[in-house]
Amino acid sequence: MSTTPAPADPTTEESTEEKVGLDLRHQVRRIVQGDLASVRVVFGLALIWIIFQVQEPRFLSDQNLTNLMLQITAIGLISVGIVYVLLLGEIDLSVGAVSGLCAAIMTVLNVKHGWSPYLAIAAGVASGAAIGCAQGFLFSRFNVPSFVVTLAGLLAWQGALLQVLGQTGTINITDPKVVGLANIFYSKTVGWIMAIVVIVAYGLVAAWGFRNRVAAGLADSNPIPVIFRFIVVAVTTIVAVVIFNGDRGVPLAVLIFLAFVVGMEFVVKRTGFGRHVFAVGGSDEAARRAGIRVNGVRIAVFTIAGAMAAVGGIMAASRLLAVNQGSGGNELLLLAIAGPVIAGTSLFGGRGSVWTALLGALVIGSISNGMDLLSLSSAVKFMVTGGVLLLAVLVDAIAKQQRQTRGRA
Amino acid sequence: MSPDAPLLELEGISKQFGPVQALDRVDFAVDAGEVVGLVGDNGAGKSTLVKAIAGINSPDSGTIRFEGKEVSIHRPQDAVALGIATVYQDLALCDNLDVVANLFLGREVHASGVGTVTRQLDEVTMEHQTAELLSNLAVTIPSLRSEVGTLSGGQRQQVAVARSLLGEPKVVMLDEPTAALGVPQTRQVLALIKRLKERGLGVVVISHNLADVFQVADRIFVLRLGRQSGDFRSTDVTEEHVVAAITGLGDGNNKQTEAPKAAPGEGTA
Repeated sequence: MSTTPAPADPTTEESTEEKVGLDLRHQVRRIVQGDLASVRVVFGLALIWIIFQVQEPRFLSDQNLTNLMLQITAIGLISVGIVYVLLLGEIDLSVGAVSGLCAAIMTVLNVKHGWSPYLAIAAGVASGAAIGCAQGFLFSRFNVPSFVVTLAGLLAWQGALLQVLGQTGTINITDPKVVGLANIFYSKTVGWIMAIVVIVAYGLVAAWGFRNRVAAGLADSNPIPVIFRFIVVAVTTIVAVVIFNGDRGVPLAVLIFLAFVVGMEFVVKRTGFGRHVFAVGGSDEAARRAGIRVNGVRIAVFTIAGAMAAVGGIMAASRLLAVNQGSGGNELLLLAIAGPVIAGTSLFGGRGSVWTALLGALVIGSISNGMDLLSLSSAVKFMVTGGVLLLAVLVDAIAKQQRQTRGRA
Repeated sequence: MSPDAPLLELEGISKQFGPVQALDRVDFAVDAGEVVGLVGDNGAGKSTLVKAIAGINSPDSGTIRFEGKEVSIHRPQDAVALGIATVYQDLALCDNLDVVANLFLGREVHASGVGTVTRQLDEVTMEHQTAELLSNLAVTIPSLRSEVGTLSGGQRQQVAVARSLLGEPKVVMLDEPTAALGVPQTRQVLALIKRLKERGLGVVVISHNLADVFQVADRIFVLRLGRQSGDFRSTDVTEEHVVAAITGLGDGNNKQTEAPKAAPGEGTA
């Protein structure tokens, strides 16, 4: 640390004393530099909501908030995979096209070939994974920039989508299981049971982790931060269920989305694989020398991105009740990438969290939803979204600069 | 074989890169609990020698003995398996990961019990071991959970050295450990090297800075144009002697009983 030159020949007593003081200061800095990213976004989101609420009182109604959540699930699911790619410091431009193609594959198998919905969905997701795997292999094996490989993919998979759809152009989805993905809502009672399960499970996991750390002598025994986090989670869960119950109930689509966010966040933060993703994103050379199979990690990440694109595409098809030639097109790709970046996942690799897929989708979805309510034109919508993205990227770049100047001084 | 054989012993090591004789019949040894300073001008063959030991470039000829047994080191993994750790100048740390994650990178500890199903990392054990290792080495890092990118150069060097110790090596080679460090940080790193020695490790320090070498090294091994041009006990010589051996000017004042293979001649290579 620049401010505190360590003693030249520190005795143990000195060092422990000094450590306590530094620890505290370090925690503060950590919150300011790292975790603040998400706090910043939450404040930004609150601001956006307040602005729209003032303009249009329907904005924060139960019905509109439920709609908002349903609107963002497809993009958010694609963003989950994008977060992994961004953590590597790479980009995947093909996810939009892949989502459309995989949804079309699922639909054709289900509608035209009579496959069971489960098999058809599995085939769609597997296609996405296979496409991602192939792109990841080309990128890592031949050192072609991921930007170019996936740009080629974007074009090719759009063509493949047209091919799969054939002459029909649009295929309607009627299978109740597939339609149900985006259109099932659980009753009030079930909603409350789920809320209780989530809160209790979170409380147990948090308490167990805290106890382990204290037992190992790694954490001071002050439980306030843990309790604070627990209260935030509990309150958020309860508020969400109240809102959903005020409309049609807790939607299955939102549960699926949240399950993927929590699961993929667990993988990236708590498993060896996730650690290696961060390592490759931070310094691929250091990762290689540490014995990590860098190319294996890269291929796995692109496979995940492809699979998540397929999941998102299938969710979008279920919500639209059809696939057509425009599936996965338009601004879907760009918004799926913009979301996590807006919410604080770094474009430079090695920094971020899967939660930014949810937060970012909420920001983008709120802007889009609110402007629709105010009947503003797409022109304004795009420009505002672009401005927000630019702002977010600038904040990311400035944060990086600050880290560099402060870190080494 | 012989019980008093050095921990690591190289005999007649030669390495040629095209027309350049990078190493010419070099004999080198390091014992347990000994710090050897490896010095020489640019291109003298210091790095080539270290790379030969670390398994990055195998030598063309010569024998390597580890704990008295002849061994062959063809790949970096061979050296690591024997217990030879190398800390390179660029450290190879991930700036975005914290100290614990960097220390255990590539050899993470996985949870036992329920955690095995989810392939979960055992952060508690890793952090515990990190704290133990660093306090044994008297390394002070503000927080084990601070990102390595926010640490000072000296702290980064200490993290890199600590990391090399996780595999319980017997020999540690440090490539320019004090280059680009400030005075207090250099002192920290030199103190760390002394503690490695106290732990009974054989330590090889490559450095351009003779003052640093004299502070920590028991022996100073000089290479010049790929040949051994001096092997001194650091207490027996002054910096001038070593500089003379490095530059090839003067008599080299070799205290070893066995004379160097060749007097430093005019650079023929």
